[in-house]
Amino acid sequence: MTEAPDLYSDAALDHLTRPRNAGTIPDPSGIGSDTNPSCGDRTVITLTIADGRLRDVRFRTFGCTAAIASASVLTELATGLEADAAVQLMPADILRALGGLPERKEPCALMAIGALRGALLDARVRAG
Amino acid sequence: MRRVYLDHAATTPVDPEVADLMAQVLREVSGNPSSIYAEGRQARALVDRARDEVAQAIGADPAEIVFTSGGTEADNLALRGVLKAREGEADGIVTTAIEHHAILDTALDLEAHGQARVTVLPVDRDGRVSAQAVARSIDERTAIVSVMHGNNEVGTLQPVLEIGAICRERGVAFHSDAVQTVGALAIDVRTMPIDLLSVNAHKFYGPKGVGALFIRRGTRVSTVQTGGGQEKGRRTGTENVSGIVGLGAALRIAASRRAVESARQAELRDRLIREIRSRIPDATLTGHPTDRLPNSASFCFSGTQGEALVVSLDLEGFSVSSGSACTSGNTDPSHVLLALGLDRDLAQGSLRLTLGRDTTGADIDALLAALPPIVARLRAASGATVSA
Repeated sequence: MTEAPDLYSDAALDHLTRPRNAGTIPDPSGIGSDTNPSCGDRTVITLTIADGRLRDVRFRTFGCTAAIASASVLTELATGLEADAAVQLMPADILRALGGLPERKEPCALMAIGALRGALLDARVRAG
Repeated sequence: MRRVYLDHAATTPVDPEVADLMAQVLREVSGNPSSIYAEGRQARALVDRARDEVAQAIGADPAEIVFTSGGTEADNLALRGVLKAREGEADGIVTTAIEHHAILDTALDLEAHGQARVTVLPVDRDGRVSAQAVARSIDERTAIVSVMHGNNEVGTLQPVLEIGAICRERGVAFHSDAVQTVGALAIDVRTMPIDLLSVNAHKFYGPKGVGALFIRRGTRVSTVQTGGGQEKGRRTGTENVSGIVGLGAALRIAASRRAVESARQAELRDRLIREIRSRIPDATLTGHPTDRLPNSASFCFSGTQGEALVVSLDLEGFSVSSGSACTSGNTDPSHVLLALGLDRDLAQGSLRLTLGRDTTGADIDALLAALPPIVARLRAASGATVSA
């Protein structure tokens, strides 16, 4: 177990300055959102699923560096996965991909996961 | 990468002349100012000279200057010391919603311990308190009114002359936290009806950890800490000789440069405000549009979050700050921004740019080039829709 760093990793800063898959899919298979009630940060994830796989995953985040980086990297981690695998993604996967987040910023990773799971659930409901 | 420091309201670099003087004192002056032999007298002379310098800069008598460990202690001494001196006769504190935590939290702490009744007055959209509201809040048991001179977050200047005149008429002590204005604006307690005034060296190119409280002769203030009785019993503890020397020298230098320097910074600030408004759609200036600290430009950008603004600008070489969530582990937008009546989301996207002696026109140009794309990128990520 590595200790949480005090500063943002280069990977997190790279996602801040070059967010991946920022945006909203106009006609998505599913849409989900999550909010961090303590600070008001929010993330919305839209995704398309074809043949059981996530083809396109996009995010919108109103929030801090950690919130943006978490959602941005999560779109990369989730794209191409089967829906059943995507639902297994955990905050720890985001932290690993980003090389960690400052300790008090770890809830930001949870918010991104919450939005993704919401979108996956929405897609299941819509698919019937 | 060249760094551009635009956070002078947080702290300022120590003036090289001040640093040299302090180093010399640390090396060469070993005495305790309370000792009566030669080394002590040498230290005492330096402390006295610094007291003269501080007094002269604000129009006070040297006997009215008490050295402290900084602005926070000066604020604490003002509120706690006046309340203690008036114990049994008066217990009311009247203050505003946009004071520094050193005032607000001290007032609330006194209230929580049953030592004060606190009235916190609201401010208008520009961050100004109404002098009439102060007048209405004073009653026969009000001990002190505390209204800051210039706000650290949004730059607004308060009508301290008007408020001071009201307090004087009503026989209530008037304290002003002037840590953002001493050295930047003309302050003369001979003409300003202020009874207690907080000063902080590191806001005007002096060292951190040293400040002063002006206590007008006749204003009753009891000591807050007990001990050896230094500073005529008003602030006990062996004097921070090198720090006090640094404070005095820094204020002398700041006073001599003030007229030219504050006008220069105000011009750069005006350009900064004008250009940010013209280059960034939906930029909300916070604080009073004109009656503000000469070095302060503060904004909120809808659809952005302050921490992400600060981190993004840091990556491009700019040191700035935000009163918004997550910058200091605190998750709420600053009490100042909320007191202005800003919507919580808008208050999240706050950015404070405070100029200093070292700020050049080229620095402003560089910031003006860097900021708009950062705001646009964060807005794109948040999906903010912006009305141009």
